[in-house]
Amino acid sequence: MALFAGLSEKLNHIFSKITKRGKLTELEIKQAMREVRIALLEADVNLSVAKDFISKVSEKAVGQEILKSLSPAQQVIKIVNEELTALMGSTNSKLNVSSTPPTVIMMCGLQGAGKTTLCGKLALHLKKQGKKPLLVACDVYRPAAIGQLKIVGEKAGVEVFEKGQGNPVKIAESGIEHAKKFGFDTVIVDTAGRLHIDEALMQELENITKTVRVDEILLTVDSMTGQDAVNVAKTFNERLEVTGVVLTKLDGDTRGGACLSIKAVTGKPIKFSSVGEKLTDLEPFYPDRMASRILGMGDVLSLIEKAQQAVTEEEALKIEKKFKENSFTLEDYIEQFAMLKKMGGAKGLLEMLPGMGTKLKVSDADIDENKIERTKAIIFSMTKKERREPSILNYSRKMRIAKGSGTTIQEVNQLLKQFEQTKQMMKMMKGKRGFRLPF
Amino acid sequence: MGFFSKLFAALKKTKDGIAEKLRGLFARDKIGEDFYDDLLDILISSDISVSTADEIVENLRDRMISEKVKDKDYVLSELKEELKACLDMADDFELETPAVIMVIGVNGVGKTTSIGKLARYLTANKKSVTIAAADTFRAAASDQLEIWADRAKVRIVKSSEGSDPSAVVFDAISSVKAKGTDVLIIDTAGRLHTKSNLMEELKKMSRVVEREHPNANFYKFIALDATTGQNALSQVEVFDEAVGIDGIILTKLDGTAKGGFVISLCNELQVPVAFVGTGEKLEDIELFDKDEFIEGIFGE
Ligand SMILES: Nc1nc2c(ncn2[C@@H]2O[C@H](COP(=O)(O)OP(=O)(O)O)[C@@H](O)[C@H]2O)c(=O)[nH]1
Ligand SMILES: [Mg+2]
Repeated sequence: MALFAGLSEKLNHIFSKITKRGKLTELEIKQAMREVRIALLEADVNLSVAKDFISKVSEKAVGQEILKSLSPAQQVIKIVNEELTALMGSTNSKLNVSSTPPTVIMMCGLQGAGKTTLCGKLALHLKKQGKKPLLVACDVYRPAAIGQLKIVGEKAGVEVFEKGQGNPVKIAESGIEHAKKFGFDTVIVDTAGRLHIDEALMQELENITKTVRVDEILLTVDSMTGQDAVNVAKTFNERLEVTGVVLTKLDGDTRGGACLSIKAVTGKPIKFSSVGEKLTDLEPFYPDRMASRILGMGDVLSLIEKAQQAVTEEEALKIEKKFKENSFTLEDYIEQFAMLKKMGGAKGLLEMLPGMGTKLKVSDADIDENKIERTKAIIFSMTKKERREPSILNYSRKMRIAKGSGTTIQEVNQLLKQFEQTKQMMKMMKGKRGFRLPF
Repeated sequence: MGFFSKLFAALKKTKDGIAEKLRGLFARDKIGEDFYDDLLDILISSDISVSTADEIVENLRDRMISEKVKDKDYVLSELKEELKACLDMADDFELETPAVIMVIGVNGVGKTTSIGKLARYLTANKKSVTIAAADTFRAAASDQLEIWADRAKVRIVKSSEGSDPSAVVFDAISSVKAKGTDVLIIDTAGRLHTKSNLMEELKKMSRVVEREHPNANFYKFIALDATTGQNALSQVEVFDEAVGIDGIILTKLDGTAKGGFVISLCNELQVPVAFVGTGEKLEDIELFDKDEFIEGIFGE
């Protein structure tokens, strides 16, 4: 259960005393928002962005009726989540298209953000849409950058225009000429990574946009970026008027709060997420997923929803009652697994939580789907009486069960131990409001 | 003026800088509860982890309360001491030859560039160096490394794209053993620490080094981009668990981010910072200096 500690647990704690009253008060909100603020900072949201956000959300939250179906903590999370989602804009991965082709897309960003790989991904994406893109190599500084783009272009099956280590402004210009001449409808200009404080190189990008018509300027940002994201995004946007943002390396376990900072300081749409090293690893940006990721709850919110749909109130109450009466049996234990299954299985459940996959090693015994099947087999091999009264299980009974279920006696023992632990754990939760599913 | 101070001079000008925020905080007339709450925010907003920031603030608050301190200058100097304490072992790093250095890290942090600079640094310090192009995955990676090898005037051992990186390591070790080279630096493909198959590949390379060159001191350096946020901790934890980390190369310090996360890394995981990268030129590499680092954060 410690897995789900973090924001929701802290909020639960704050609200634990006040579940009776009908409205969220100012003081409670203030305490809760302090936790939300730390959670945002921990997710790399910039401090001033986090502060602005908190004050907006607080205003909304104070005086809100507490909904029957949610705990106050869940309700605060819901409000925070909704606001975050709204702030990050909509799912919009449409690239600008010029009425007079070719449409010109220019990349920009810091060193190592992932621009060159992204060029290949975009080219492939456009090609699949029936477009005819041309890649233009304007990173004349980083060693072997042109070679890298050429290989990426080859993999995507897209032509690469290059002029060696020439002047990037001239190369962009002649690349576009080349596109016009040979009927390419889209030009993707790869540029060298540069620091936003590098005057000469920022000037160079400005010169490209002054010399040729650029329809789309995509700021590429590493999703692992910390507090500095605001400085970077602000400067690039001020100097170049970027038209969209792409977040890269989202296949890692970063919480990705930088994206909120970037959105807040530039107001520009986040158009794509880049989620792997393969050229097909490009996805639209989903604000709702990103919001729960930033809050560190993965899809806890959609899990709450899923849980509510999959498990009827009645079922939940029944189990809760059993715990209270201490009459929870191995039969109920199976039922619990069935509920889990309805929610997409333990593995699916955990996979919705960012970072959990690696931290927990999803293949670990207690959450392995296989293991669940074996557990079920063991329980099904028991007699009714044994299921209700596991204390009667002696060696010979256990041997019979192991044989019947195709498992070992160790596994049977292990299951009995786990069952006891679950009972203990549930006992400790007794008295808490409502039955909470495994999270 | 030290290198760091020069770098941090640029930071002073950005109004979002931590130095500026701290100045604002210490300019207040009273040190109350809010003071410590805000200090916590400021520390976290320099990319220090929440738990280290919390520890620093708690220690400071407890001491200041028990000593009944009201003097702001004293609190400030004690804050610096707390931060320095976190970095206690940050510059505990020494390289002994013969050595094998394997540079690892996530994509785009500056591994290859740092290797070029490191090779030059070592040859300038009278060591013979060979580099191994064991990034056989990224397009044109070995070409990039070869250009750096030329610039640093060191030998390179490479293979074709898509070949087994452990085989490149094996070849490079045979070569340095035969020639009696002081230092072998191994470039590796960038990988997100969350990809377990790629982490296995690193372990394999690591085993090859241990088996084939048992007499060498084997150092695993993780390259970390100074603009990274809280994720740096997770990166170091997972890479450390896989192969063991002996030091950090903190890259891109010439930008406006200062890599505050090293404070939490040193405090929580006891990993020293071996080198810092301060630009894209061959000579843009320095040894880490914790005092300058702290002074830099305070913008002095
Ligand atoms: N400004 C700056 N750029 C750097 C530094 N180190 C590396 N880079 C740049 O970061 C980008 C990625 O570097 P590279 O060495 O290819 O990273 P790798 O993928 O980790 O090997 C390149 O454009 C480098 O020029 C540094 O210290 N400062
Ligand atoms: Mg590299």
